[in-house]
Amino acid sequence: MSGIIGKKVGMTSVYSADGQNVACTIVEAGPCVVSQVKNEETDGYKAVQLSFGERKPKNTPKSLMGHFSKAKTTPKKKVVEFRNFREEFDHLVEVGKEITINEVFAEGEFLDAIGTSKGKGFQGVVKRHNFGGVGQATHGQHNRLRAPGAIGACSYPARVFKGMKMAGRMGGKRVKVINLKVMRIVPEKNLILLSGSVPGSKNSYVVLEK
Amino acid sequence: MSDQLIREFEQEYREKKASYPDFKSGDTINVAVKIKEGNKERIQNYQGTVIQRRNEGSNGETFTVRKISNGIGIERIFPIASPNIDAITVVRRGKVRRARIFYLKGRQGKSARIKERLSK
Repeated sequence: MSGIIGKKVGMTSVYSADGQNVACTIVEAGPCVVSQVKNEETDGYKAVQLSFGERKPKNTPKSLMGHFSKAKTTPKKKVVEFRNFREEFDHLVEVGKEITINEVFAEGEFLDAIGTSKGKGFQGVVKRHNFGGVGQATHGQHNRLRAPGAIGACSYPARVFKGMKMAGRMGGKRVKVINLKVMRIVPEKNLILLSGSVPGSKNSYVVLEK
Repeated sequence: MSDQLIREFEQEYREKKASYPDFKSGDTINVAVKIKEGNKERIQNYQGTVIQRRNEGSNGETFTVRKISNGIGIERIFPIASPNIDAITVVRRGKVRRARIFYLKGRQGKSARIKERLSK
């Protein structure tokens, strides 16, 4: 699994060659610094740790400052570990080295995007779990249009099962969207254009991997 | 900042849009549409009255052109930045009071006329 860390810029749309208007997300991805390389001898597994996003030294814990100074780089906000960074990119992996977007991805490829979804607050079951609601406004219904209905049986089991889908906090969770197509890459500005939407708000961090 | 980065991908469509003449609902325009037939490409002209423009300012802006063909009303929606549009020319400027002239749909003949807007 190799990838890069980025920041969501916003959405726009582009036209494909046959005239279709495709909704796209712009992500400002990289350059990421390799802050640590883990190997089997010392850590028990192979992984590459990338860091992205500038962070003020005064807001960085001393222990992290030490970690970043080992890689001879400035402190970073987002640190992500990629297990089994693909072998084809082995020449890029060296502590302190920068990885840019066009070294990892190419136009026309498919990738997965991981981000934290927008918080929706306390939501009912219709929005949160796609329940149908009651479905009828007539036949005696008057104030239960979006109610969940029954949540269990009667004297057996005499309790509500764990994990029952109910109303509650929605969003603000880690979400992965798979198979987004890379429409275009602008290496000078570290921009990548992905077809479709990516979880999270503008300026939120996104991990792109393949 | 993010606006500038988004512009990176929208610039070519902005330029394409700016290359077309200004038109609005009520105007009669001619749209040269590229049509692919097998490997060949040809241009077909579609002339009619603009009855609305939607999502102005965005990449997804569209406009609807209505014409009467063999007595049947036809409305075609074009994305303005579409690569399938070769050219747009304004044939006649119309004077209408609203942005969406859907009242044309129920009319034909004399009552479907639009007054000409004479340039200042």
